[in-house]
Amino acid sequence: MLRYIARRLLLTVPLLVGISLVSFLMMHMAPGGPIGAGTDLNPKATAESRARLKAYYGLDQPLHVQYGRWLGRMATLDFGDSFSPDGRPVAEKIKERIPITLTINVLSMGLIFLVAIPVGVYSAVRKGSLFDRISTVAVFAGFAIPTFWLALLMMILFGVTLGWLPISGISSLDHESLGILGKLADRAHHLLLPVLLAGFGGLAGMSRYMRSNMLEVIRQDYVATARAKGLPEGTVVFRHAMRNALLPVITILGLSVPDLLGGSVIFETIFAIPGMGQLFYQGVMSRDYPLIMGILTIGAFLTLLGNLLADVGYALADPRIRQG
Amino acid sequence: MNASPGIGRDFARRLLRNRLAAAGGAVILFFFLVSALPGLFASHEPNRIDIVNILRPPSAAHPLGTDDLGRDVLARVVHGARVSLKVGFVAVGIATALGLLVGLLSGFYGGWVDAVLMRFVDMMLCFPTFFLILSVIAFLEPSIWNIMAVIGLTGWMGVARLVRAETLSLKERDFVAAARAQGAGNARIIFRHVLPNTLAPILVAATLGVAGAILTESALSFLGIGVQPPTPSWGNILTAGKDNIEFAWWLSLFPGLAILFTVLGYNLLGEGIRDAADPRLKGR
Amino acid sequence: MNRPLCRAVMPSIALLLLLAACGGGKPESAGKGTAASDVPAYGDAIVEGSIGDVSGFLTAVTSDAASHDAAGYVFNGLVRYDKDLKLEGELAESWDVSPDGKKITFHLRKGVRWHDGTPFTSDDVMFTYRRMIDPRTPTAYGEDFRQVKRASAPDPQTFVVEYARPFAPALASWGMHVLPKHLLENHPDISKSPLNKKPVGTGPYRFVEWKTGEKVVFGASPDYFEGKPYIARVITRVIPDQATMFLELKSGGVDTMTLTPPQYVRQTETAEFRKSFNKYKYTASGYTYLGFRLSHPFFKDKRVRQAIAHAADKKALIDGVLLGLGQEATGPYKPGTWAHNPNVRKYPTDPARAKALLAEAGWKEKDGVLVKDGQPFEFTVLTNAGNEARAKTAAILQQNLAEVGIRMKIRTVEWAAFINEFIDKRKFDAVILGWNITPDPDQFDIWHSSKTGPKELNHVGFANPEVDRLLDEGRSTFDLEKRKKAYFRIQEILAEEQPYVFLYVPEALPVVQNRFRGIAPAPAGITYNFVKWYVPAALQKHQIQP
Repeated sequence: MLRYIARRLLLTVPLLVGISLVSFLMMHMAPGGPIGAGTDLNPKATAESRARLKAYYGLDQPLHVQYGRWLGRMATLDFGDSFSPDGRPVAEKIKERIPITLTINVLSMGLIFLVAIPVGVYSAVRKGSLFDRISTVAVFAGFAIPTFWLALLMMILFGVTLGWLPISGISSLDHESLGILGKLADRAHHLLLPVLLAGFGGLAGMSRYMRSNMLEVIRQDYVATARAKGLPEGTVVFRHAMRNALLPVITILGLSVPDLLGGSVIFETIFAIPGMGQLFYQGVMSRDYPLIMGILTIGAFLTLLGNLLADVGYALADPRIRQG
Repeated sequence: MNASPGIGRDFARRLLRNRLAAAGGAVILFFFLVSALPGLFASHEPNRIDIVNILRPPSAAHPLGTDDLGRDVLARVVHGARVSLKVGFVAVGIATALGLLVGLLSGFYGGWVDAVLMRFVDMMLCFPTFFLILSVIAFLEPSIWNIMAVIGLTGWMGVARLVRAETLSLKERDFVAAARAQGAGNARIIFRHVLPNTLAPILVAATLGVAGAILTESALSFLGIGVQPPTPSWGNILTAGKDNIEFAWWLSLFPGLAILFTVLGYNLLGEGIRDAADPRLKGR
Repeated sequence: MNRPLCRAVMPSIALLLLLAACGGGKPESAGKGTAASDVPAYGDAIVEGSIGDVSGFLTAVTSDAASHDAAGYVFNGLVRYDKDLKLEGELAESWDVSPDGKKITFHLRKGVRWHDGTPFTSDDVMFTYRRMIDPRTPTAYGEDFRQVKRASAPDPQTFVVEYARPFAPALASWGMHVLPKHLLENHPDISKSPLNKKPVGTGPYRFVEWKTGEKVVFGASPDYFEGKPYIARVITRVIPDQATMFLELKSGGVDTMTLTPPQYVRQTETAEFRKSFNKYKYTASGYTYLGFRLSHPFFKDKRVRQAIAHAADKKALIDGVLLGLGQEATGPYKPGTWAHNPNVRKYPTDPARAKALLAEAGWKEKDGVLVKDGQPFEFTVLTNAGNEARAKTAAILQQNLAEVGIRMKIRTVEWAAFINEFIDKRKFDAVILGWNITPDPDQFDIWHSSKTGPKELNHVGFANPEVDRLLDEGRSTFDLEKRKKAYFRIQEILAEEQPYVFLYVPEALPVVQNRFRGIAPAPAGITYNFVKWYVPAALQKHQIQP
């Protein structure tokens, strides 16, 4: 097992380099450059000042030199400085966005697990019932509704009409002056709507997966055996069937690791959440190469890590699939 | 397990018995009709600007109201159906074709072909799909063709994996060995024996893919890089209504409902196909 | 956060730039607040909504509106524009221009201090000048300062600049924010200095905090040289979506924002809204145009351009895109300003006249489309993706031109690609874009024939020797009358030649919660006298600890 993990980790490095190379090439193939925004159609900018800015960012070097430099810096985990006018280090920009993105993702994922698993299980056990039908439509509706539309409707209802919840942002103006509990409550107040909506949208995948797993497990021989032994239905469902149906959930957990640090730019735009989604989107639009490369690298690393965790976790949990 | 008429009829019967799937199918059929015969449903031209009638609520003349340039919303939603569905189908077509190709090759030939292709799939999966789409659309132009191509080119990985798994398991089966013994070449085996059995999971992936493509287009429209006006798409009509959502509710409601029902329909149908085709779920 | 460069809503930013606080003409305010006691009182806070985040506080090294607006609270320039868009002194009490127009002597205010207490002197101005021309400073605004032949600071209250030739726009260039020498002299690259994140200036407000992506907070500076501002805090909240911002306005989350025309006309007319808010409108400092690539075979002929000008239904554009909140543009200057020439050739909507001109140019109608030498009149107009106003403008023009037999296709491209692939490389037939109108009428970079190189701003390739000469004349004298004559004549020529079809000048549409008093709409807008705004004691919403 350890050998397997070590092997996978080693494979990660060339994969990462490959991904970063592809990202780098892709970005540089795109028309436009980072300093464009500052000097486009600006009557005060001239060819000289543009050339000067270009040299300043090292963009006048040939591509392989630029990539080489970036790779060298990355080897020491130096993500470099952002190309945006503030010129702040990429690592700093990413770090300040991670907490809120992580919070929302973890909370909404928790919500999804909390709701989707019971719903999926119950739907499977009571297949074809009214509950099954309604929950099916409901979770798919959550997936099908364009997020920003529902978000605005909820904001109007809860924010403007009822005034129960804040409309956007992640903290009130007087957030700093609140005590610890106050700050928590304030944050919770602000994140309630985004987390609920994010959860609602993600219910479909998890609950349907749970449902089909459960359906498959229920038909297995050992479940029939348990029933034949006269065990109460609850025990059959919870102790025998569900435990096995939950195994694939481990895979899902592992595969969700990269999503923890990802954000939906649309979601964040509507709710005015300063998260990773917006950061990445703006980086792409302004051709902020170091920032884009930094985020893609982290994302790739997390994806590979998550895959590894999923495989290892599954192997650990399911004795049938142990690796040598 | 070759494709045979009995299986097909069985499948159809099971599918139709699933009421939700049938409802989904009905919705899909309805929108197909709408997009195929727009004249039947809308009497105005979708791009006819009418400054005098900007943002009018639903009325006899304009059953779904008018938009921010006075264009008839019903006509735009009807023509938007055509655009949105086209985006969904072509994108999924590309994704399915590519995924089928990669999956079949990978599963059937194995060895280094499989290794290389699967590493490639892994690499593609490391990129956040939406941003891949976004970047490419932003860098090229947001034309319908680019959108369709990009959604397709970033969505084939799932199909590839599915097809590969099926191919791997089918490769070792008796009927394949029998066909080989009879002298069938690889291509024949792939097309006559392996391919038909991958149809069901592909169909499921395809229906879910269309749903996803429609949602992706509306997301791109929100960011301003979806199908470009004046060509109507459900996504861009919805986005146009976003800033006036309170008083010009009709501009958001109707395309929103269209997206909701269509995506819902495809999801229900997809699930229904999966249930109907799964031999292990027989008999309940 | 408009982002270091908010691309996400760059077009909205562009729109914001167009609708920025710089107006002209007679602004109007709609809705009246309750007449509570109107005694100026200190305190309270104003919350602004901003689509974009600040990317840095040093104006020299940023280029987005959000950053410049924020910096404006903290920093001052030597000069600024007053309510009638005329230059007045800010850090400079007064200035003298030498008779030959080559030397400007600024007399700086006494007793001004930086927010950390250090006195402001001419050394700071000298330092600012040196940094603006320093190659290590990543600024796009250095050009105007490179025209300076010699600068000197003979005493702490005097700053003198000499130019090789009289350069009228020079005066306006000294509106650039002055940098504190004592805090920046040890930082060769000011964009990397701590000041870019925690600014220290001489302005009415001091920096309090900046939570990136969320908000910027400023506090009133007690010893500001014009008097301590009444409003104790300014908070700028980053809300990237226009719809969300409007909801925040209605629920009290923000006090002021810029409205879109539909919001202004349709969503804010209820009695309830008017009870709590005051809406304003004034002419914005920008215009939208349809530009032709003048080397394109179709558009080489002036009659074709004039025909298109006649075909374009400008009233439909203003009514459709701006819901009536704007006026026709006849040239590149803002109506109501001194440089604007109201008596140039106009192009009333006249499809018949358009067709006649096109026929003269050799175009014959065939099945509803114009044809010449076997080629149909088809072209593609480019504009940047995500800008709703420009997309609508294109749609309306498409319909207008179809009526006279011209088939115009619309293509939108994402901003960075748009500029780099199409504009800079001159790969376009026609474009729909807009320009900001600067208060100084010098538009050399846009119209001079020497500015047609790649990446330069005369992207349509306009070359007219008379205009070249007049542009030179206009910028080489400080005599207002001489300049006016030159610019008037330029507008006549532009109107005749139609390198652009000038489309419209929109109105800026700010709305402010009505507890704020002291707002006096003027050609410059409403924020020019922000330091004099106040909230009567009884109506104050936020209790700010001193």
